[in-house]
Amino acid sequence: MRAIEPWVVAPLDRFMGESAARLALLMTTSGQVLAQHGFVGALDLMSAAALGSGIVASSSELALQMQWPAFRVMAHQGEHQAHLLTWFETPRGRWIALVVFGGETKVGLVQMYLEQMVDELVAATPPEPLHKKEVLAADFERELNASLRALFGR
Amino acid sequence: MSDYAPLLDALTRLRGIRGAMVVTLGDGLPVAESLMGGLKGTALAAMAATLASRSADLAARGGLGAPRFLHLQSSDGSLLVAPAAPDLVLVAIAGRDVPLGLLRLEMLRMAERMG
Repeated sequence: MRAIEPWVVAPLDRFMGESAARLALLMTTSGQVLAQHGFVGALDLMSAAALGSGIVASSSELALQMQWPAFRVMAHQGEHQAHLLTWFETPRGRWIALVVFGGETKVGLVQMYLEQMVDELVAATPPEPLHKKEVLAADFERELNASLRALFGR
Repeated sequence: MSDYAPLLDALTRLRGIRGAMVVTLGDGLPVAESLMGGLKGTALAAMAATLASRSADLAARGGLGAPRFLHLQSSDGSLLVAPAAPDLVLVAIAGRDVPLGLLRLEMLRMAERMG
């Protein structure tokens, strides 16, 4: 398991243990990866984050166009494994979770432990610094590299 | 959901019953529910379905065949699960002072009707 913010690790770790899910990815609505468990390649992870955030954005827009309440959870049941995509609010904005699981667990159980993880994440979120630093190109590159190191250990 | 509503209503009318649900066994999601306030349907459905499927595995490994009824007795009440239609289970949450024999009979009868 790897996470950009250390306070995400414990709730995600508990979620993985209790839900018996195979893979999990936490990201922002813009597709920035915050934490992952089980992904082995950078490419897989970045594609999954881009697709996941794209699906949430397009389904939210579809709901808006149809004047429905926004879809909260999307689950796709495959033959050997399933995935669940959901979004939730945190003090740091809206986050997206993508969870892949197999026959060793159930979508209801994954959803239940996911709700628990969201509560834990919200409770564990440290307050944001009062004065945010101006984002410079050099800082951005350094932070991006630091994030990649944190997520893939390189 | 409305197909199962009369069944659940009949069950929850029994004295001491805190709630009843129809749950999918494979997914652990509620199909229909009639629960007292304070009981969280999605969590109960997920856990009851997990309990039912793990018990079925256990019974199969012990060469006992498919479970017909599950009764989890706790200090403040009981959780009862009856396998019903394929991939559905009937779940009831009962308080301490409940005629469990009557409840069990009623649940088995309902499960048979659902099948």
